[in-house]
Amino acid sequence: MTAVITGTHFLTGNDAAAEGAISAGCRFFAGYPITPSTEIAERVSRRFPQIGGSYIQMEDEIASMCAILGASWAGVKSMTATSGPGYSLMLENIGLGVMMETPTVVVNVQRGSPSTGIPTSVGQSDVMQARWGSHGDYEVIAISPNCPQECYDFLIKAFNFSEQYRVPVTVLMDECVSHMSEKVVIPKEEEIKLFNRKKPKDKPEKHLPFKPDKDMIPPMAAAGEGYKIHVTGLTHDYKGYPVMSAECHEPLVRRLCDKIRNNVKKITLIEEYKTDDADVLVIAFGAVSRSAMTAVKIARERGEKVGLLRLITIWPFPDHVIQAYAQKVKGFVVAEINYGQVLYEVQRCARTDNVVAHVPLTGGRLHSPEEILDGIKEAGK
Amino acid sequence: MSMEFDVDYEYQDRCMYMAESHPSDEMLRDDRIPHIWCTGCGCGEIISTYIEAVKELDINPDKVAIVSGIGCIGRAAGYLKFDSFHTTHGRAIPFATGLKVARPELDVSVISGDGDLFAIGGNHIIHAARRNMDILVICSNNYTYGMTGGQFSPATPIDSFTTTTPYGNCERPFNLCDLLASAGAAYVARWTSIHVRRLQKSIKEALTKKGFRFIEVLTPCPTGFGRRNKMGTAIDTSKFYQDHGKIDHGADTRDVRLEDPLSDFSIGTFVDLDKETYLEAKERIFSREVKK
Ligand SMILES: Cc1ncc(C[n+]2csc(CCOP(=O)(O)OP(=O)(O)O)c2C)c(N)n1
Ligand code: SF4
Repeated sequence: MTAVITGTHFLTGNDAAAEGAISAGCRFFAGYPITPSTEIAERVSRRFPQIGGSYIQMEDEIASMCAILGASWAGVKSMTATSGPGYSLMLENIGLGVMMETPTVVVNVQRGSPSTGIPTSVGQSDVMQARWGSHGDYEVIAISPNCPQECYDFLIKAFNFSEQYRVPVTVLMDECVSHMSEKVVIPKEEEIKLFNRKKPKDKPEKHLPFKPDKDMIPPMAAAGEGYKIHVTGLTHDYKGYPVMSAECHEPLVRRLCDKIRNNVKKITLIEEYKTDDADVLVIAFGAVSRSAMTAVKIARERGEKVGLLRLITIWPFPDHVIQAYAQKVKGFVVAEINYGQVLYEVQRCARTDNVVAHVPLTGGRLHSPEEILDGIKEAGK
Repeated sequence: MSMEFDVDYEYQDRCMYMAESHPSDEMLRDDRIPHIWCTGCGCGEIISTYIEAVKELDINPDKVAIVSGIGCIGRAAGYLKFDSFHTTHGRAIPFATGLKVARPELDVSVISGDGDLFAIGGNHIIHAARRNMDILVICSNNYTYGMTGGQFSPATPIDSFTTTTPYGNCERPFNLCDLLASAGAAYVARWTSIHVRRLQKSIKEALTKKGFRFIEVLTPCPTGFGRRNKMGTAIDTSKFYQDHGKIDHGADTRDVRLEDPLSDFSIGTFVDLDKETYLEAKERIFSREVKK
C-alpha cells in the first residue's frame, strides 16, 4: 500500500484529514476516541500499519498529547485528533510542547460545548481555548478548513507550520466539515511540498539544542542521534538546562512568542470574496463560511456591497488584515458558532466608527444565510 | 525464579554505604553539578546505579533515553548524560511511550517519584503495565512529595505525619509492586537506596529484559518525611533499610505491602515473567495482517 493515494476520492472531512496527515509524512498517532473526531483515529489505525506508522490508543487525552510529543522527539512526525473535552485535557501538554518547541499537530473537531455539550453536532467554541487554554504566555498556530479538500490540504500545511516553527499546531475543524463528504483530489507524491524540521549540523559535543538560528528557531536533534540533548518544560538556557532566573526566562518566552508573532504575515492564510468595493465585510471561518458565502451572494444579487473574509489561519490572528479593512468598510459582521470569540479579536482591530455586528450561535446547528443577512443589515446601518 | 545470589552483597552494600565521592562520569552531566538534592537524599543512588548498570551492560549511551516527571527525583533526567526529557508532573510514562513506540531501538527508562507516578500519573502507569509497554520504570519511593515540601502521597503509610497530615494520615497507601504486578508488569522488584549493589544488579537485569519493568526504590527523604516520622537522619533511615529489608525473591506481591515505615519489609525481585510485550504483539499482528 502506498502512503499517498494519488487520485480523486469521495471522502469525509475526517477521512481526508487522516490522508492529509499521511501525505505530510505523519507516522505516529496517539489518541482517545471522541465524537466527532473518531473516524480520524479509525482510518489512521487501518492505514498506518500498511505504511510503517504507529497508531496507539492511550488511556486518555493527556497521555495522547504526551505520547505525540515523545514521538516527535524520536524524530517522527506525530499527531492526535480530538474534540472539546479531550482538547481541554491536552492543553497542559500543548504548553509543554510549546516550551519544548515540539512540532506536532492536534486536530480539534469542535462540537457543541461547554462540557460534554452536544457531541454529535457542530460547534466553534474552542477558538479562544486554542489560543489561551494552556497557562502562560505563548503563541500557537491554528488553521481552520471548510471542506474535505481543505481537511486534506491543511493537514499538510499544519505539519509544515509545526515543523517550520517548532510549535504544536491546532487544526480547528468542526463537526460539520468533519462529517461532510465531498470530492478530494490527492496529488502525486512528488507534487506535495513538505517542510521538515531543521536538523543540527554541529557535532554533538558542541551542540546547543536551544540556541536559535537567525530565524529564532533552533535546529532539532532527535533522541538516539548521539546528541544527548536535555529537554525540559522548565525555563532553560541554550543547553536546555533549567535556569531559574528572570534573565533566562524573559528572552526565552519572548522568543517563543516572537518566532510566531514576527511571522504573522507569512503565516496568515485568508480567502476574500468580493471584498474590493465592500461596505460591509462578513467574517467567518470553517463550516460557517459556507453559509456566509451564500448570504454574501444573495446580498450582492440585491445590489448591496458586501464581501466575505474567510479566516483560514485563526491564530496568530491576522490583525493586519482586519486593520486594513477597517479603513475601507463601514461595518463588519462576525458569524461564528459560539457566543463571542472571534468577535473580540475583530473588535480589537476595528476602528471605533466601524459597526461590528455579531451573529452568534451556541452550537448544534449551522447559521442559515438569512441569519447572516440580518447581521449584514445591522452592519450596514 | 531463576536468580542466584551467591555474592556477599551484604558486605558490599556496607562498603558502598560508606562510599567515597562519586567519580566524575561520562554519563553524568557534570556541568550541572552541584545538584539540587539534600544531603542524605536517596535520589543520587538511583542515578549512580543506573549509570553503572548501563556501563556494565555496555549499552550504547547514544541509544539510552531517560524520561522524568516532576519532583526531586524528576530532576534525574537533568543529571544523566543521555537524551533526557523532563516532562510535566505525572506524564513521563506516556511521553516515554511515544518515544519508544516511535523509535523502538531506544532503551527508554522512566525515573520518577511515588507521587508523580502513582498520584497524578497513576492512570498512565497502570495502563503502561497492562500493555506490557517496553519501558523500564524506576520509582523513588520516599513516602512523600519531597519537592513541594513533604505532603502525603499515595505511598505514604497510614498515620504518618506530613505537612498536609499534621494529625496523621487517614489514607492507606498503594502497594506499588502489587498494583503493577496485577496490572500486567513483566518485571517487578523492590530495593532501597542502601542496597546499591543489588539495585544495580536489578537495573541490569531489567535493562536486559523487554516489556514493562518496574523497580521500586525506597529512598530516604530526611527533609520532607524522615524528620517528621521518627526516622531520624538519612543515615538512620539507611541503616534501618539495611537492617529491616528482608530479601524475599518471588514473594507474592500481595504480601509485600509497606504498612508501617518502621517495621520489617520485603525486598527482592517479586515478578520476572517472559510474556509478549506491546512491541512484540504489534510486530506479530501487523506482519500477519497488513503486509499484503
Ligand atoms: C500539575 C502539577 N501539579 C502539582 C505540581 C507540584 N508538584 C511538583 S513535584 C510534586 C510532587 C512530587 O513528588 P514525588 O513524585 O513523590 O517526587 P519527590 O519530589 O518526592 O522526589 C508536586 C505535587 C506540579 N508541578 N504540576
Ligand atoms: S526534599 Fe527529600 S526527596 Fe527532595 S531532595 Fe530533599 S531529601 Fe531528597
